[in-house]
Amino acid sequence: MKRFAMAAAAAALPLYPLSAAADSQAVGVEQPWARATIGANRPGAVYLQLRNDGDRTATVTGLRTDIAAMADIHRSTTTAEGVSSMAPAGPVPVGPGETVMLEPGGLHAMLMGLTAPLAEGDRFTLTIIFADGGEVPVQVPVLGIAARGPAE
Amino acid sequence: MNLRLVRTVSWALLGVALVALLVMALVRRELIADGTADEPPFYANFQLTDHAGAPRSQEDFAGQWLLVFFGFANCPDICPTTLAEVAGVMDGLGDAADRVQPLFFTVDPERDTAAELADFVPRFHPRLIGLTGTPEQVAQTADSFHIYYDRIEEAAAPGGYTMGHSSQLFLFGPDGGYVTAWQYGTPADEIVTDLLSRIGE
Repeated sequence: MKRFAMAAAAAALPLYPLSAAADSQAVGVEQPWARATIGANRPGAVYLQLRNDGDRTATVTGLRTDIAAMADIHRSTTTAEGVSSMAPAGPVPVGPGETVMLEPGGLHAMLMGLTAPLAEGDRFTLTIIFADGGEVPVQVPVLGIAARGPAE
Repeated sequence: MNLRLVRTVSWALLGVALVALLVMALVRRELIADGTADEPPFYANFQLTDHAGAPRSQEDFAGQWLLVFFGFANCPDICPTTLAEVAGVMDGLGDAADRVQPLFFTVDPERDTAAELADFVPRFHPRLIGLTGTPEQVAQTADSFHIYYDRIEEAAAPGGYTMGHSSQLFLFGPDGGYVTAWQYGTPADEIVTDLLSRIGE
């Protein structure tokens, strides 16, 4: 009986990660764009929209890209007195049916330690890592340094 | 000493003082009604170096409306966003653009040398001038403009730090006096409309 239970448990195990990964699989990434940088020393900024079509919260816990040593979501905040600063945002949850915007003045993916400057016209892959272990790769186009939004 | 004389003189002096005050108040009220006594709260005042390496002060821009933004070149989000809006404002002003001078003041003189700014500022707009200086000059400038900036340690950031700073876009009139400020994120066309109404185009 015990052996049967263990076998059943073992058989069920592979099914578990599949259903958990559905959280991140339900997230669509839209309108990614990055600004060009000058030199590789300056950090790059990537903006995009995370849309959760699923019925459970999916949480972004990290970022990865080959073109930067470190990638992290930061949040810019502006106080009532008009002082702006930014800090690492920590995990970013996207609730069911919710769209979380990474846009100028708020959340942005900050790329540090770029292997090369981001040049207008480039494209690179940014992988978004979720709490459930799911990873979503995104193709990011690099726009001009004075770009104000995703290319039409 | 005749006390009565002293008392009379004191009352007379008081009377004269009161009349004088009354006259001053009336005159001042007239001036204010005219609008000519509207004194700007402060004037632009700086001695810095522009991104071409030339010394600049507010006198160089007398007669121009000034669009002033404080930031730093290693700022990936707020500063490029605002400078892009400023570029949008300059383009949206049309003929009036000749009367407006956009200025970018760095709060990070350690990294933002004139050479660094020369490779940053012109990419947003050909008329944008970047200004830097010694840490003392930058501190004095921030003080005179009543803006706040601070160094924030962040290990992963380039150089190990980033800056917090006032992020409003300031407007100074042709007399160098402060006129108004737009909060970070104010869209370019809103600024253009406001600015044009003030310039009187």
